[in-house]
Amino acid sequence: MPPAAPAYQSTLGHPSFASIGFFFLVILVTLVITWWAGRKTRTSTEYYAAGRGISAMQNGFALAGDYMSAASFLGISGMVALKGYDGMIYATGWLVGWPALMFLVAEPLRNLGKFTFADVVAYRLRQGPVRIAAAVGGILTTIFYTIAQMVGSGSLIALMFGMPFVLAEVLVGAVMLLYVLFGDMLATTWVQIVKAILLLCGVTVLTGLVLSRFGFSLPALYRAATDLYPNQNLLVPGDLTRSPVDAISLGLALMFGLLGLPHILMRFYTVPDAKAARVSVLYATGLIGYFYVIIPIVGFGAAVLLSVKGAGGSVLALGQEVVRGFDKGGNMAAPLLAEALWGSAFLGFIAAVAFATILAVVAGLTLAGASAYSHDIYLSVIKKGRATEEEQLETARIATVAFGVVAVALGIAFQGQNVAFLVGLAFAIAASANFPALLMSIVWRRFTTWGAVWSILVGAASSVGSIVLSETVWVDLFHFEHAIFPLKNPAIFSMSAAFLAGIVVSLLTPEPEARRKFESEKLRTYLGVGAE
Amino acid sequence: MSATTRPADASKNATELIESPAFRALVKIRWSVSLTLLALLFVGYYGFIMLVATSPAIVARRLSEAPGAIANLGLVLGIGTLVFAWILTAVYVVWANRVHDPEVERLKRQLRR
Repeated sequence: MPPAAPAYQSTLGHPSFASIGFFFLVILVTLVITWWAGRKTRTSTEYYAAGRGISAMQNGFALAGDYMSAASFLGISGMVALKGYDGMIYATGWLVGWPALMFLVAEPLRNLGKFTFADVVAYRLRQGPVRIAAAVGGILTTIFYTIAQMVGSGSLIALMFGMPFVLAEVLVGAVMLLYVLFGDMLATTWVQIVKAILLLCGVTVLTGLVLSRFGFSLPALYRAATDLYPNQNLLVPGDLTRSPVDAISLGLALMFGLLGLPHILMRFYTVPDAKAARVSVLYATGLIGYFYVIIPIVGFGAAVLLSVKGAGGSVLALGQEVVRGFDKGGNMAAPLLAEALWGSAFLGFIAAVAFATILAVVAGLTLAGASAYSHDIYLSVIKKGRATEEEQLETARIATVAFGVVAVALGIAFQGQNVAFLVGLAFAIAASANFPALLMSIVWRRFTTWGAVWSILVGAASSVGSIVLSETVWVDLFHFEHAIFPLKNPAIFSMSAAFLAGIVVSLLTPEPEARRKFESEKLRTYLGVGAE
Repeated sequence: MSATTRPADASKNATELIESPAFRALVKIRWSVSLTLLALLFVGYYGFIMLVATSPAIVARRLSEAPGAIANLGLVLGIGTLVFAWILTAVYVVWANRVHDPEVERLKRQLRR
């Protein structure tokens, strides 16, 4: 802890009766859901798509739950606390993918696919090569996203509950596997719904408590924040947008990355039809938008209210210093604020919600990773579509356990690394490897098997390659002097490269069969005729 | 998965429907609406980002010179971008439910006949 914040007392990291209580309550409730949901899994449609019986509103909450990770809850509130307005700019980028998802892919995806986005890409193309390439893109995205979640969650749990990092990783892995193995997609969906409601309620209460300290007046809060930090104007843009090209590239990755995240796309198969898919996006956008509108208030509140005042109103420690004292990145701003406003019981509640958030997101990622192997590789490539329900379900469960073990192992292997770039990488790969192939397969008649394969491979290789050569990895991680690739996020380059590769290769390798099927698949794409 | 295993007359019916002006119009309008809304989203979001990146002074301008007022243009635009994104989504859903779906149902009935 830096010397600037010795005056601050917190029970964070010292488990209290309340925090342990809420922690076990969350685990108990979610396991009861799992037991209830898992009694009837017989088919792969139940395992991966909850029997397509989730309603639009339920799916909206589940989508929001999948998207509002601990990183966005703790990370954005912390970023606003430390950097002010920059955190708000960042938050807008996280929302704008949702309308784009709706306009471009949600309904065709629901109509054409079965369990994975590769179903849609491969629909009229040759199964083998496309499935393998799409599974590579899907698994890469999911793995990087999972490592980021696991490492982040391990340190958060260690910080909040005072638990050793390795134990935290194993615990997340074990409980998450229970949800997925015994409760399948139905349990995972309900865990997401419960978690989304808890998270929204927790943040709403926190926001209300902050505003109550300022007479429910936002200007009063802003004024307090600017008065407290006279040298750092929290209400104007700072470093984040110093380079417009970087800002646009990050915006592209955030916006179109969403359209290529396998664990999000997979949720559209849990609803009965395209109309439900559409309405669920409206719910999700509303919930996530509300979350990002109020979360900056929590951040500003932390910057002001966590300050330690001495006798006569002199400031002994600024809120930002207190927050940095617990975690350099600011991740503990929201939990600390909860404790300062309503005591350690509320801290326990917020910590338990953050834990539930981590569990639920990792469970969703595990299902997505497992389906990429068992549905796209095992069933479609190895078995050529001929496997019994029992075989499919068994492979799905084995793949789930394997993915869970890999997630825990990678989480432990990356302990202590700064993994913030991994989320950016996951979004960049999703936007470059998965999204262009998905979009072209839906809208472009001349798209071919090899066009899809090359688009996915070029997108994956160029996004991974340029992130490695960029400042985030080349300089910060490998300690070279200068970055070779100039941008922090490569999407503007790698996404264009993927589209270009798909177009050029498709034009060079005409596939009359695929073009003919494009016409007949239109009934399914636009009318839902024959959709599963 | 395969859409080609239907009886011959059904498949002839399907081909006729795909080539009918009504179906073509449905597809065309669907993409016109989607792409128009997407263009608005682009203008709104990237306009906001570019404004913040290139003219921080405009963004920092106070909305009112009154002594109590502190909100600046940037705060309003930030929240406004979030609200705008949701409104575009809502516009699409209202259009799709009221205009698009009835036409989809009508065309599906033609197919069954």
